[in-house]
Amino acid sequence: MLLMVETLPKQFKKNASRQLADEDLRKALTKSKGHFTGGRQKAIDNLPEFDSLRDKARDIKDHVLENLDFYLEEYEQKVISTGGKVHWASTKEDVQNTVLEICRSVNATSVNKGKSMIGEECDINEALENSGIRAVETDLGEYIIQIRDERPSHIIAPAVHLTKSQVEKSFRETHTHLDPQRILEEPPTLLEEARTVLRGKYFEAQVGITGANFLVAETGSSIIVTNEGNGDLSQLLPKVHIVLASIEKIVPSLEDASTLLRVLARSATGQEFSVYTTVSTGPRRKADLDGPEEYHVILLDNGRTNMLGTEFQDMLRCIRCGACMNHCPVYQSVGGHAYGWVYPGPMGAVLTPSLLGVDEAGHLPNASTFCGRCEEVCPVRIPLPKLMRHWRQREFESHLTPKFARYGIKLWAYLVKRPSLYKWVMGVQVKILFLLGKRQGRFSSLPFAGGWTKYREFPAPEGKTFQQLWSESSNE
Amino acid sequence: MNEQRQIILNNIRRSLGRSGPMDKEKISALKDRLTSPKRNLIPERTSLTSSSLITLFKDMAEGVFASVEEVDRLSDIPRAITSYLKKENLPSQVVMSSDEVLDSVPWEEQPLLGISKRIPEKDDMVSVTSAAVGVAETGTLAMFSGPDHPSTLNFLPETHVVVLPKDRVAKSYEDVWDMIRNNTAMGDRNEKKEMPRTVNFITGPSRSGDIEQTLLLGAHGPRRLHIILVDSKETN
Amino acid sequence: MENPQVALFVTCLVDLFRPSVGFASIKLLEDAGCLVEVPKLQSCCGQPAYNTGDIGETKKIAKQVIETFESYDYVIIPSGSCAGMLSRHYPMIFTNDNEWLERANKLADRSYELLSFLTDVLKIDSIESDFKGVVTYHDSCSGLRELSIHEQPRKLMDKIEGLHLRELPDSNVCCGFGGTFCVKYADISDRMVENKVNQIIETGAQTLLAGDLGCLMNMAGKLQRMGSRLKVRHVAEVLAGMTRGPAIGEPNRD
Repeated sequence: MLLMVETLPKQFKKNASRQLADEDLRKALTKSKGHFTGGRQKAIDNLPEFDSLRDKARDIKDHVLENLDFYLEEYEQKVISTGGKVHWASTKEDVQNTVLEICRSVNATSVNKGKSMIGEECDINEALENSGIRAVETDLGEYIIQIRDERPSHIIAPAVHLTKSQVEKSFRETHTHLDPQRILEEPPTLLEEARTVLRGKYFEAQVGITGANFLVAETGSSIIVTNEGNGDLSQLLPKVHIVLASIEKIVPSLEDASTLLRVLARSATGQEFSVYTTVSTGPRRKADLDGPEEYHVILLDNGRTNMLGTEFQDMLRCIRCGACMNHCPVYQSVGGHAYGWVYPGPMGAVLTPSLLGVDEAGHLPNASTFCGRCEEVCPVRIPLPKLMRHWRQREFESHLTPKFARYGIKLWAYLVKRPSLYKWVMGVQVKILFLLGKRQGRFSSLPFAGGWTKYREFPAPEGKTFQQLWSESSNE
Repeated sequence: MNEQRQIILNNIRRSLGRSGPMDKEKISALKDRLTSPKRNLIPERTSLTSSSLITLFKDMAEGVFASVEEVDRLSDIPRAITSYLKKENLPSQVVMSSDEVLDSVPWEEQPLLGISKRIPEKDDMVSVTSAAVGVAETGTLAMFSGPDHPSTLNFLPETHVVVLPKDRVAKSYEDVWDMIRNNTAMGDRNEKKEMPRTVNFITGPSRSGDIEQTLLLGAHGPRRLHIILVDSKETN
Repeated sequence: MENPQVALFVTCLVDLFRPSVGFASIKLLEDAGCLVEVPKLQSCCGQPAYNTGDIGETKKIAKQVIETFESYDYVIIPSGSCAGMLSRHYPMIFTNDNEWLERANKLADRSYELLSFLTDVLKIDSIESDFKGVVTYHDSCSGLRELSIHEQPRKLMDKIEGLHLRELPDSNVCCGFGGTFCVKYADISDRMVENKVNQIIETGAQTLLAGDLGCLMNMAGKLQRMGSRLKVRHVAEVLAGMTRGPAIGEPNRD
């Protein structure tokens, strides 16, 4: 797809500049930001235990990661004992092949999908379409971007980058069977139309694919959390339910899942609890009147096992709430598509280089001011700035840092380590800048500082350095 | 796929700095953690007497746009449903299943209410179910799937009416797990004390914020969630 | 401790661009009874190297800073981000080097951001400043999140009779400076600082204050590019009553 070629993480800078010029994006992001940050704050104010729950949540995930092999095996056994099947997949191709195999085994022509970031990571829709199987995204946001042939721009609000008039335009272009004169401006009419269109499709699919927020080792259950109910209809009505999950989604017990659920919705949307939290265990039972006849779980690695035992292990605690991007001033400026892959914002800035390589995604951990707001709001206390810094170190060590920055730092460090020389050099520079900028007090353009003066005035120094003035005043 | 399994497990062990499987002591400690799971932190807000717990449940459910009404007896339910449907301008045709609570309601006393006992179809407008538990902490209903409660009833029709006996209001999600483990909430159908195929926690009617973060009710699941809290299981 | 021996870590930006912040810091510290010294062998804390991922150079610079400053009772820094570097990050970069870790930890324990030192350690109760005017305040990220500096500047400003503080909405959101970020990702930085100064202008304040010169230069530069006459100063200048000179980016009228 053209779109994906254009938006690689490598192109972050270019993507970002294009996104910054997009007025619709700016409008959409301005609208959403307050909802997320204000909502989260309110939910937290209502729960005095929130910070203690965050500690617990972190500890649970750490415990799982330290014993991941054990819990995966326990989980697998439980799934099998409840009549389900577990498939292991090292790469996205393995996931695609497994999904296609299962689909072929029931002669599927149509697949319904609940929102799944692992599905995005594995390009499942493309794989299905290439094999002649229709994939229908049922989450409203996912549906909107699917008909626009876009990637999600946010891990929990896939269409957060769009305004309602953009959605209206896409609906008119896609739902050509409906009256072109119909009124469709406002969100309620848009939702109504999507509901009607999708309702028919629920009954056509032979396979339903969902993600999983958690996999419970104690019971072999998968848990999804949604607000729309699409995930439930997608998994209940078709004959086969496939769960796509990465290996770190495991939690030991239902109690542990409950703790994580308490921090998830509050961090994500500011809800006390999402509307639908669904715990699924195996296929339908003998006497059941509904539910899928087959239940498959595909466990994906795709580079995660390489993060274990490294400084990036903490990232595997992530429960995909999106709070980091909702609070990130960089994400809120450029939107999710600038990041060029599935995971945007601070969590993406750490995860994407881990999964795609820092040579592909080196910009992402660099495009941060280290303001620390992401870490402040993370429900599982991932030290995101620290991990971005680790990527910068790895990048520097493998000589991937751009030459200009590299030599600039070396030259600067040479001076800094020689304070007397530094003082003399800086004294001269300050003097020159002062003489040049004295009249205005500032510069509107400066050689070597174009990045600054393109957008801002540069203040002129006061004439002498502090060190010069101080030694003069001390000698008086 | 077995090969993949081994590759992934080996990778994990290598990354974690272990050459083989864990030692036995460690394994038995981890198994204990799974067989007798401990509760983590439960929010203080549910440390209440049973009547305040019901108030909390009601407040929380209404806070997420469910409507809640209270009736004294099971025999009040048919009339309550009829007048709710009338008020909302909905047809008085409902689809429901047979379960312990619903079967003890004297439906015949309200002949205007059309009842179909089956799993719902595409055009069914209203479903009636009971709920296994009401979780006061967040005004959440817990539904267990089974022959007496097909999950589709919770999602397909536009309006979902839920009957919840007040003695089923519990504090936290953890109470739900204990009920399943102790077989106290599912009658004889859970002799093995196993997880139902589906546990649905439902907190208010379906919604979406996907268009400009505008909160809209009724995305794919029900637009309306009406909870009828009933005082006792007795008919009279 | 009576009359503690305090070393001022000037910071490179103050040294080069805003010596008045250094003099204001010294006045505030001396008024509070400190014996202030300015060690000659100082330049920069090493953040540019650290943030570029050059851990080797960072360590060399950090060792030099530790050697220069470890003999004082306290090291005081008129910047949240440089203070955070000494007190939070130096120990992190020496985790595998016991000797230097110990020295880094000792220095970290004695290093304070100026306002937090005046408030939390010296607990000063009077401020001599004849400043008059309506100000707004931006909480710089490192100070706020690494050092929990939020109440301290407000407490101190509150002691100035003529100063009226109008709180800035989203005062805890980054201004887009971020060290080299503002030139490496200039377009993004510009959007962030634009959002920030729009909110600043909306407060109707005459003066913008903050505790970090990097952020101040960024916001001042944007305000001036947008044609705003709002004055921008380091909060230490106002607390020390040293606001006769030009504000950041203003011409010297002498």
